[in-house]
Amino acid sequence: MGEHEDLGGLGWDQPIDRRALLEKAALAGGALAAGGLLAGPARAVPWQANPGNVTFLSTQLNTVQESEAFRNVLLQGFRGKTDAIFAANDSAFLARIQAEAQAGRGSVDLLGALHGTFATLEDKNQLLDLSDVVKDFTTGKSAISPEFLKLGKLGGRKQFYIPWIQATYVVVANKRAIQYLPRGAKATRLTYGQLNQWARNIESSVGQARVGFPAGANGLIHRFFQGYLVPAFTGGVVTTFKSPLAVNAWNYMRSLWDSVHPQALAYEFMQDPLLSEEVLLAWEHVARVKSALERRPDDFVAFPAPTGPKGLAYMPVLAGLAIPRTAPNPAGAKALIRHLLSLSVQARTLSAVGFFPVVSGRLSKRVSAGLRLESNAVKLQQQAPKALPSLLPIGLGAENGNFNAVYRDTFTRIVVRKEPTTAVLADQAAKLQAIMDKSGAPCWRPDPPSNGACKVR
Amino acid sequence: MAAVAERVTLGRRLRRWEGLPYWLILPTLAYLALFFAWPMVKSFQLAFQDDGVWTLQAFRTMVNDIEFGNAVRFTLLLIVVIIPVQFLLALVMALLVNAKLRGRGIFLYIFLLPLAISDLAAGIVWSSMFTELGYLNTVLERIGLLETPFIWINASRESLLLLTVVVAEIWRSTALIMIILVAGLQGIPRDYTEAAEVFGAGLYQRVRYVILPMLKPSIQVALLLRLILAFEVFSTVIAITGRGSTVLAAEAWRWQTANMDANVAAAYASLILVLSVVSAGLVLGLLRTPKEQIAR
Amino acid sequence: MIQRPGVWLPRVFLYGGALVLSLWVLLPIYFITLAAFSTQDAVYRYPKNLVPRDLSTETMRFFLNSEGIVGSLQRSALVAALTLLFSLGVGTPAGYAIARFVFRGADTFRLAVVSTRAFPIVILSIPLAVTYIRWGIDDSVLGVALAHTALALPFAVLVTSSVFAGISVELEEAAMTLGCSRLSAFRRVALPLALPGLAAAAIFVFIISWNEVFAASILTLRNPTLPAQVLSVLNESPLPFRFAGGFFLLAPSLIVIFVIRKYLFNMWGRVVK
Repeated sequence: MGEHEDLGGLGWDQPIDRRALLEKAALAGGALAAGGLLAGPARAVPWQANPGNVTFLSTQLNTVQESEAFRNVLLQGFRGKTDAIFAANDSAFLARIQAEAQAGRGSVDLLGALHGTFATLEDKNQLLDLSDVVKDFTTGKSAISPEFLKLGKLGGRKQFYIPWIQATYVVVANKRAIQYLPRGAKATRLTYGQLNQWARNIESSVGQARVGFPAGANGLIHRFFQGYLVPAFTGGVVTTFKSPLAVNAWNYMRSLWDSVHPQALAYEFMQDPLLSEEVLLAWEHVARVKSALERRPDDFVAFPAPTGPKGLAYMPVLAGLAIPRTAPNPAGAKALIRHLLSLSVQARTLSAVGFFPVVSGRLSKRVSAGLRLESNAVKLQQQAPKALPSLLPIGLGAENGNFNAVYRDTFTRIVVRKEPTTAVLADQAAKLQAIMDKSGAPCWRPDPPSNGACKVR
Repeated sequence: MAAVAERVTLGRRLRRWEGLPYWLILPTLAYLALFFAWPMVKSFQLAFQDDGVWTLQAFRTMVNDIEFGNAVRFTLLLIVVIIPVQFLLALVMALLVNAKLRGRGIFLYIFLLPLAISDLAAGIVWSSMFTELGYLNTVLERIGLLETPFIWINASRESLLLLTVVVAEIWRSTALIMIILVAGLQGIPRDYTEAAEVFGAGLYQRVRYVILPMLKPSIQVALLLRLILAFEVFSTVIAITGRGSTVLAAEAWRWQTANMDANVAAAYASLILVLSVVSAGLVLGLLRTPKEQIAR
Repeated sequence: MIQRPGVWLPRVFLYGGALVLSLWVLLPIYFITLAAFSTQDAVYRYPKNLVPRDLSTETMRFFLNSEGIVGSLQRSALVAALTLLFSLGVGTPAGYAIARFVFRGADTFRLAVVSTRAFPIVILSIPLAVTYIRWGIDDSVLGVALAHTALALPFAVLVTSSVFAGISVELEEAAMTLGCSRLSAFRRVALPLALPGLAAAAIFVFIISWNEVFAASILTLRNPTLPAQVLSVLNESPLPFRFAGGFFLLAPSLIVIFVIRKYLFNMWGRVVK
């Protein structure tokens, strides 16, 4: 299966002493430290005398292990003193930004959050323009993909955030479930139909529906619809929202849901149900299954999302760094940005915190077995012949939340409440169009580009 | 002569202090006005305005939201089920603690423990009790009541969801009511209950005809507080049922933090405020305690 | 002599009832404690361990070693103490007024006070935080204590009012006819009788402040209280850490209640009818 595939092109193919690493991984944080220590000495950023005190507020890496890894591993070599604060959740983060902006005074120098979080800021000009910093990351080994850089403009002209780390969503299965794969199906190259059949096989054999989706309050299932299900069936996200192909997609989901664990609406992070084995097969954000894969790499496999009629649709997730206008130490914040985007730190990022780097250079480092599973799946996903990246929404501004709610409500009505598909899609399409019109956002990949606001056909 | 002087001074004293109650409540009023006035006004504004234009759009969105009906219904259901059961339980606990049992200090301490638990921690505890491969099923299987794990948190069976939230909430918040009732019980002069006993009143009669009436002020206070809190609590609901069920406060939270729509969130908050105030008003009205009855 | 047949029977029921209720309260706390001190694998296993087995301090150690725990503990204690002082100081007069006086607007006042709690703190968070930053009390112990006082005031007012209402007013009136001023009648007669009830009010104001998560996390940044610090763990980390975090939040409260419980218990003996 995926474990021993060569990761090739990205240079992550050094042999590792798995046993030693696994032993260390048994201690909390051990694997992360091991990954960090093996990456070689870090060099201090040469072009800043002393960046001073930098207060960094981030929504990412806010679990116990990741935040310790950030402080102990990723900050190594930074000459300034960093106060790394990890917001409990998006709302606390945004509340703090809004409050500091409204008061005209703040304590936070650097912000770290997902594209989706920055995108909801009503007034983007609360963030400084980082075009001067971006110049260093457009070519060479430190180059960040132009598509990511474009996302950082939040649909405007200034560079509001710089891409920092990326992730995506994969499917994770307990090895016990592999035996129930339908005949002829290969987990790394599933179709949606085969996935459904696999789910049913699991249920009939085990006696309980054991497929899981993060459909809970903070769960990311709406990304599944936006980045995986709908594009894979229809080739689009917004334009094809109520097309007959979309009807197929949602009917498929309703059928799949019969084999999904009844507690799915309470699952936020799939790693807990996977580890307790309430769920044997799940779709989830890589960071939210990381601890399952790292703790018991022998029990799990990770593989790319299934392929639909229009291809293997997947959604890359981007986290970025931004400087608020009220930052007391913007120079120090910029120095920290350069530090976190430096090659040596980006190289350590995967093993430290389970997120993938955004710079494109060849990175050599050693990864734990669990993270190898993850990165294999991600690589397969990205390099699949019919890969169809579906980007995060761009330019929606304050309507981001409502946009996500449209997909979530569609799911609730069609799949949970079993309302008739075509009628619901027509209803929700009207809401979607209103959102697109209000924000004026043009279409984004995989939809074809549009003049003016994106239209639902 | 001295008696007249006494009465005059007393009368003068009483008159001079006529405005006393207003002075006494002033600090509280001022404090709350200072802290809540501006934020509340701003938030209220959001419910009725959108960028400066007066509109009811936020309320329309709220009412047309697919979760609105469920939120209202579930909130009211929870209140109607939890509060009576909780009061009964709290009364039993308070009476137990008040009775001269050996080791009542320990019982009191134990009954008070849920107070020590924040609602987040309570949510974690109970979701791991009720989850399919969790503590409750472990215990039930161990004592033979179950063969395979039972799915308590089942979104397609609302009564089960209600049960899980009810149990968790009663566990978490009964201590509060118990404390108030205990404080009230302490104030009931013992000769009343003793006299009743002497006249042959059994436990039930003593409780119903002596203790409960004298406990009315405490019950009123506890009911008032509990009602207000009941409209506010949502973290237990989310922690246990996720999106399987929802209450008004959870919707307010969701619109504020996930949908980033402060207007609709404020609309929900206004609805919660109105419902709370109305029910509080009802409590104050129905459980009116004439001062003469208790200040004997 | 009144016949009371089977007077021992109620006693048995009483003890039995108390035991059953105690068990009901204790079991979930016991489980969370057990899980917080178990190995991570044990936490995920099924059937769950019901007795101490597979113990380990790996997750708890993470907490104790993680940055700023001691500081946040101290801050929480300080905030709670300040909240206690402020809310009882401000609220007790109001409670006394409601209990003793019949005045116009008494009911409206009570309603208003209680209604402040009806507005979800989530909605108030941003305006409140803006005010704090402008006033310079953002991210400070005093600031959080002030906010907690606002949250606890309704409790303080209502509970103290019921406490005073339960004290016979004639005692104070008697003292006054004997020459005491209203204030000294209050101080010498009403206050001592009210102490047990006030102690109860003090306990749960302390606890309210100690456990309060949301306002504390919005109003602090680099100087969090314990719940604010632990909040991110409780929301996003894997289950073993959530148990450890939950236990860590709960342990200090257990100790505080234990200490105060003795005090409360002793005070009962002094209640004179």
